[in-house]
Amino acid sequence: MNRLFALGLTALLGLGSGAAQAAEGVAIPSHSWSFSGLFGTFDRAQLQRGFQVYREVCSSCHSIKYISFRNFLDLGYTPDEIKALAAEYTVMDGPNDDGEMFERPAIPADRFPLAFPNEQAARAANNGAYPPDLSLMTKARKSGPDYNYALMIGYPEEPPADVELMDGMYYNDYFPGHQIAMPAPLSEDIVEYADGTAATVEQMAEDVTAFLMWTAEPNLETRKSMGVTVILFLLVLTGVLFAAKKKIWSDLH
Amino acid sequence: MSGLQLKNPVLRWIEYRLPIFSFLDHSLGSSYPSPRNLSYWWNFGSLAGIALVIMIVSGITLAMQYTPHVDYAFDSVQRIDRDVNFGWLIRDIHVNTSFFFFIVVYIHVFRGLYYGSYKAPRELLWMLGLVILILMMATAFMGYVLPWGQMSFWGATVITNFFTAIPIVGDSITTWLWGGPAVDNATLNRFFSLHYLFPFLIVGVVILHIWALHRFGSNNPLGIDTKGPQDSIPFHPYYTVKDLFGLGVFLTFLALVIFFFPDSMGEPENYIEANPLSTPAHIVPEWYFLPFYAILRAVTFDFLWIIDAKLGGVILMFGSIIILFFLPWLDRSPVRSSAFRPYHKWFFWILVLDCFVLGWVGANAPDAEFHGVPFVIIGQVATAYYFAHFLVILPLLGIFERPKPLPASISEPVLSGGGMAAGAAAKPMEKA
Ligand code: HEC
Ligand code: HEM
Repeated sequence: MNRLFALGLTALLGLGSGAAQAAEGVAIPSHSWSFSGLFGTFDRAQLQRGFQVYREVCSSCHSIKYISFRNFLDLGYTPDEIKALAAEYTVMDGPNDDGEMFERPAIPADRFPLAFPNEQAARAANNGAYPPDLSLMTKARKSGPDYNYALMIGYPEEPPADVELMDGMYYNDYFPGHQIAMPAPLSEDIVEYADGTAATVEQMAEDVTAFLMWTAEPNLETRKSMGVTVILFLLVLTGVLFAAKKKIWSDLH
Repeated sequence: MSGLQLKNPVLRWIEYRLPIFSFLDHSLGSSYPSPRNLSYWWNFGSLAGIALVIMIVSGITLAMQYTPHVDYAFDSVQRIDRDVNFGWLIRDIHVNTSFFFFIVVYIHVFRGLYYGSYKAPRELLWMLGLVILILMMATAFMGYVLPWGQMSFWGATVITNFFTAIPIVGDSITTWLWGGPAVDNATLNRFFSLHYLFPFLIVGVVILHIWALHRFGSNNPLGIDTKGPQDSIPFHPYYTVKDLFGLGVFLTFLALVIFFFPDSMGEPENYIEANPLSTPAHIVPEWYFLPFYAILRAVTFDFLWIIDAKLGGVILMFGSIIILFFLPWLDRSPVRSSAFRPYHKWFFWILVLDCFVLGWVGANAPDAEFHGVPFVIIGQVATAYYFAHFLVILPLLGIFERPKPLPASISEPVLSGGGMAAGAAAKPMEKA
């Protein structure tokens, strides 16, 4: 009963969960990433570029709520750079001794500020659609990074002639159902990269995706490098145990 | 297999007052005689035991940082992954070992099916195993709810909703399970409480399981009893070292998944926080439940006016495990090992295939089609076959199958003409 109610409600408001539909979406082309493979690592310069794209483009609509300024140490920034970065933002703190909430400049220990104070505000600003938090996005979709990249570059100049777009919707080749409430976020040179890299849509899409892979799993590199050591150790151990087994059993026949 | 000789006076002092060392020696040591011909399929019991220990240790550690509240559960898991030192590792270990635990236990169960380990005098051992399996499933189901992702919430909602199918008391039972009118904070809290409790119940039943095992010792690939000392070897060092080697292989595979494919067996959907207002298009349980899920959804028609389709599905799903309790009496063949059962051997593999088919059906939407055949039809056929295997095929095999001659003993494997005729083998389970 509850479920029917919920189903009806979602249908009514047209808030189908993109994730679920992604399962039946079009085939997602695979892309090669510096972080894939057994020994894959992040490319620091790329993460910094991706962060720039996120900050200058996506962050007006999407939050990364699990990320704090201090986490950016991972991207190769120095503590001072992070302090300076944090200070550019204000956060709400308090209550103070007079019981008042007050604003102050952010410090590295603060969370990266949210794009909107709550879901309602986000919907109000986006035509009723909700831009989901991006911290875990690359893990929350099938073939996550590939999907995210495809989504970014998947806006054709014109939608196919036979498609009738609903109000406030945009055509995307890879979004399940093809009608997405997010306008194409990237366009040539929408950011000017600090390191001089040419800001093509593909380049920015790749960079921001790598950045979102990092927000989803900041421990990816530790995990893999630790894995190599552990596996090597276990292979040796298993080899020794096999030899011991052979030796001990050899007196049986 | 002489008794234990302790040289250390302190150990002797303890042993005199609490004979724990000889107990261990008789359980896992050189005083526990085991058949000399156990294959690697007999490694899976000890692997299951170690998996259970890994689950408990990693689980207790996770519980130190986890918060069982609908508003904080998802975030607390993220905190574990991001901010707790090596929290991500502990969680990857817990999650992926649970998958391996099921793989290991399923292999362990099918080993029993193939070699007739459920037959006299090991019926209780088998049934205790089934109790463990049921407890494991309950534990895993509740554990999956804890991170409070979309699949956690919707899986819990869909599965518990099936209890409403029970006539008369269904709704009350469901409300009682939920602790309220829907899956909510009370549900999450009790699931956490029970998820912490059940593994220790499992430990208790495992102790009984091993106790029952040691009464007659392991069955073996030939399925015949040990006839004397020449047929057995001391558990230690032979099987301790063999189990350790198996453990090394197991840990290597486990580590490969933990460190390089930690999300390979999970659902991306569960990285989205639970939202009662947004139903995922596809609600699927964890893969190790998929065959049962297929059986649950196979019943699409009402039965005999009183059992509607939903209840029918629930009965069949539970029935698929309950039926295994009767296996020792459904399978009337006097021969244990399928190595000597020319037909059972084949039907065994068909059953394995059938279970894979059920799992595949469970992963697909019932109205989806495979080359024009709706999955629900495939699921119905596979479900019918599952029950037919136990209720029709096994009893008939017991009557019509002519087993091959059994070897005279474990130490002299079958030689041409050396074995007993199958008719004369009607009494191989003399301890029954
Ligand atoms: C103008 C606001 C806006 C901007 C800027 C924006 N988005 Fe979105 N985004 C949205 C909205 C609204 C949705 C929800 C779309 C829907 O559900 O139809 C969305 C959805 C998404 C999704 C989820 C798609 C899915 O499968 O459900 C991803 C991933 C995403 N955005 C990435 C980005 C990235 C990366 C950027 C920056 C390059 C970005 N967005 C910039 C508004 C925005
Ligand atoms: C936590 C889960 C379990 C643990 C720790 C466990 C442990 C063990 C161990 C250590 C053995 C001896 C080694 C071996 O034969 O592999 C064993 C044997 C056995 N187990 Fe389990 N077990 C578990 C679950 C089950 C289940 C679910 C079943 C069946 C439904 C089962 C049925 C049996 C049988 C029949 C034997 C005797 C096998 C033989 O001697 O051939 N066990 N178990």
